[in-house]
Amino acid sequence: MFATAVIVFREVLEAALIVGIVAAATRAVPGRNHWLAAGIAAGLAGAGLVALGTDRIAEMASGVGQELFNAAVLGIAVVMLAWHNLWMSSHGAELAADARNVSNAISDGRRACSVLLIIVGLAVLREGSETVLFLYGIAAADGGGSWPMLTGGLAGIAAGVAVGYALYAGLLRIPLRWFFTATGVLVLFLAAGMASQAARFLIQADILPGLATPLWDTSALLPQTSIAGVLLHSLVGYEARPAGMQIVFYVIVLIAIGAGMRWVDSRGPRPARQGAAS
Amino acid sequence: MPRVAPPAAVLAFAALLAASLPAAAADDEFRLVIQDHKFQPAEVVVPAERKVKLVVENRDPTPEEFESHALNREKVVAGKATVTIFIGPLKPGRYPFVGEYNEKTAQGVIVVR
Repeated sequence: MFATAVIVFREVLEAALIVGIVAAATRAVPGRNHWLAAGIAAGLAGAGLVALGTDRIAEMASGVGQELFNAAVLGIAVVMLAWHNLWMSSHGAELAADARNVSNAISDGRRACSVLLIIVGLAVLREGSETVLFLYGIAAADGGGSWPMLTGGLAGIAAGVAVGYALYAGLLRIPLRWFFTATGVLVLFLAAGMASQAARFLIQADILPGLATPLWDTSALLPQTSIAGVLLHSLVGYEARPAGMQIVFYVIVLIAIGAGMRWVDSRGPRPARQGAAS
Repeated sequence: MPRVAPPAAVLAFAALLAASLPAAAADDEFRLVIQDHKFQPAEVVVPAERKVKLVVENRDPTPEEFESHALNREKVVAGKATVTIFIGPLKPGRYPFVGEYNEKTAQGVIVVR
């Protein structure tokens, strides 16, 4: 039962952390809660469908359909996170200045919310489908004797959600002055980490060369299976043995979104902040 | 406004891609079977410094996840299904892998020589 809880916890944790960060980053966006709930529901429904279709997805593209699917899901998430950060770069200052005075940005806010829905939905979809498959395997394997295992699964889900919520609650304690900078940086690293994962799937599918496999090996120093390793993997994309190509993806996305945020920020509608620059 | 770095990054990326293309030659293929939540054979010997194609057939009715931190690979294998996983090029050594859904019994190792 404990082993089951640990496996499910690992799968759920990544999605929970993503939801926690995104929920915090959009705290001032009107109507956020409904979109968040809709994203999670859509993600769960999608996870069930993907789990059902695993066999068919895997057989596509001569056996590497699963990698293409995962890379595509991650790629879309990276684009959405990038869009979110650029939007926040131009609106974050207003949101921070007065969290309630955002009615002028309602239509803009709706767009931000649909992006939020997609990010959350994709995160739940990707991690959820593996959890569903795993629990199904248990249930199918030994008919009636699987209750302790399923209980373990539920405990794992609860623990994962709890950590995600703890991150969310912790982020909310950051003073508003630095809040959107903090969540912006978190989202930036989240996106870079996802790009690196997408690259790994494309390497696994033999679509991209690995360029150095691995580029480094820190598994003795900080194993990816340790709690710190798992958390760092989910938050900033840490890997103990990454391929060179993953780092190329990571750095490109980091620079591209970072430069985009600065650019949006510098031509932003608030010349009042110019005094602080340089 | 900062002069944007991405074009340079894209160029570097393209150069890296081009430099590594000759490596994409014919692949060596190795087969693994999952049965009763065990890998057969439990040890596969593959050549060093070459890209290798692993074909994993799951004869169990339940899904399994091929996972190896040493190889930096993970892939779900549905019940009664066969998947392909590319690994390498690798340095000589032992690279353990497990079936994550049945970690107690589903264990194996890729030996690179």
